[in-house]
Amino acid sequence: MTLGTMILKMGEGMGKTCAIFFLTLLFSLPLGMLVAFLRMSKNKVISAITRFIISVLRGTPLMLQLLAVTYGPYYIFGATVSRNKLIPVVIAFSINYAAYFAEIYRGGIESMSPGQYEAAKILGYSKGQTFLRIILPQVFKRILPSITNEVVTLVKDTSIAFTVSYQEMFTIGKQIANSQTSFVPFIVAGVFYFAFNAIVDFIMGRVEKKLDYYK
Amino acid sequence: MKMLEMKNIRKSFGEHEVLKDISVSVGSGEIVSIIGPSGSGKTTLLRIATALETLDSGTVQYAPDAHFGLVFQQFNLFPHMSCLQNVTDAPIHVLKKTKEEAEEQAMKLLKRMGLEGKEKLYPYQLSGGQQQRVAIARALATDPDILFFDEPTSALDPELTAEVLKVIKSLADLHIAMVIVTHEMAFARDISDRVIFMDQGMIALEGTPDQVFDSDSERAVAFLGRYNNI
Ligand SMILES: Nc1ncnc2c1ncn2[C@@H]1O[C@H](COP(=O)(O)OP(=O)(O)OP(=O)(O)O)[C@@H](O)[C@H]1O
Ligand SMILES: [Mg+2]
Repeated sequence: MTLGTMILKMGEGMGKTCAIFFLTLLFSLPLGMLVAFLRMSKNKVISAITRFIISVLRGTPLMLQLLAVTYGPYYIFGATVSRNKLIPVVIAFSINYAAYFAEIYRGGIESMSPGQYEAAKILGYSKGQTFLRIILPQVFKRILPSITNEVVTLVKDTSIAFTVSYQEMFTIGKQIANSQTSFVPFIVAGVFYFAFNAIVDFIMGRVEKKLDYYK
Repeated sequence: MKMLEMKNIRKSFGEHEVLKDISVSVGSGEIVSIIGPSGSGKTTLLRIATALETLDSGTVQYAPDAHFGLVFQQFNLFPHMSCLQNVTDAPIHVLKKTKEEAEEQAMKLLKRMGLEGKEKLYPYQLSGGQQQRVAIARALATDPDILFFDEPTSALDPELTAEVLKVIKSLADLHIAMVIVTHEMAFARDISDRVIFMDQGMIALEGTPDQVFDSDSERAVAFLGRYNNI
């Protein structure tokens, strides 16, 4: 097999790699906010349960969680989540990343000085307005570097989908490597992830710059 | 009709009783200074008046439809908003004024605070004194009938203190009631209609500036002596 055909074949999987990446962000970023609110809930039971779930999600390998979501239902109910493996992959990734984002959001929200809330309250803002107009914009700027870190990790983590044989780029690369007894597909994969993350860094850098107008 | 009537306020933090049955009233347009040693409960009293703190017993009552504002020691400006946005945001989103209306009012207020030309700057680009003047403009933009100040100059260098005190004094002609917690004794004596001297969670002395500052009560002499000698 020539290098060209290898790249072509692996290229077919890149669409799926991107699908995992974008769908995971699409679901986990907002889901993380919901989880952060549950974690900060004044209700001690809700907050304790959420805290436990977060610690399980962060304390066990994503690979294990992916296997559980993909094959767990089969062993328990005798049915699979979906024929299309993208669905369990995105579910497992979204839940896992939501746990990480939740802790980042919580850290950001809790780092805000009480004076900001008090000033808003005196000026008559509602709780929702206070969060959306005063707190969130500042939290967003503050946590952006941590979010970038997670996004960079996610790019690389997409390769974990090979454990359930979802035909994304890395899975295909691994199959070619096996059948051709060649190391080249791994180099191609490495270059791909590196280039992908260069783009992520560039975009996140631009966003950070945009928010540089205040301190 | 009193603008604010606080009656028999008690407040403890744990075992520590910080306010011991305090009653304070403020008339419409009246300027009241609150002085007293550190820890005497001045901030707590303002925080209860502005509902930032709960009270254990007593009542807080405002005149019908009265609005209050508060100027903080640490300014608490919104760092992600320009000076102009800091002043217009609440009028637009809380009071539902139009943007034009809010901006016109904000420009006037900022000018009054001596901040003409600074509208587009962000808080971090301003001196502490300028930031505090933006905070005063922000508070005034919500059209308060009574404005509280909690040591508005104690986070500032002496040079910057004077400019902030000057603008506070200039507000007298707005006929907004003002309650000012301050350690600036000359200022308190000059601006106030009435001075309240708090000590250990109680009002130790209350009256006209002359009555309080020239008092020969032992506690007042001990406390004020420090300042009068300067
Ligand atoms: N949230 C709180 N929890 C516990 N104790 C508090 C709290 N807020 C204030 N206190 C205590 O209550 C007392 C009165 O505090 P307060 O801030 O009202 O005093 P103050 O007169 O404003 O003093 P200063 O001139 O130093 O600002 C102090 O002993 C303070 O330690
Ligand atoms: Mg105080």
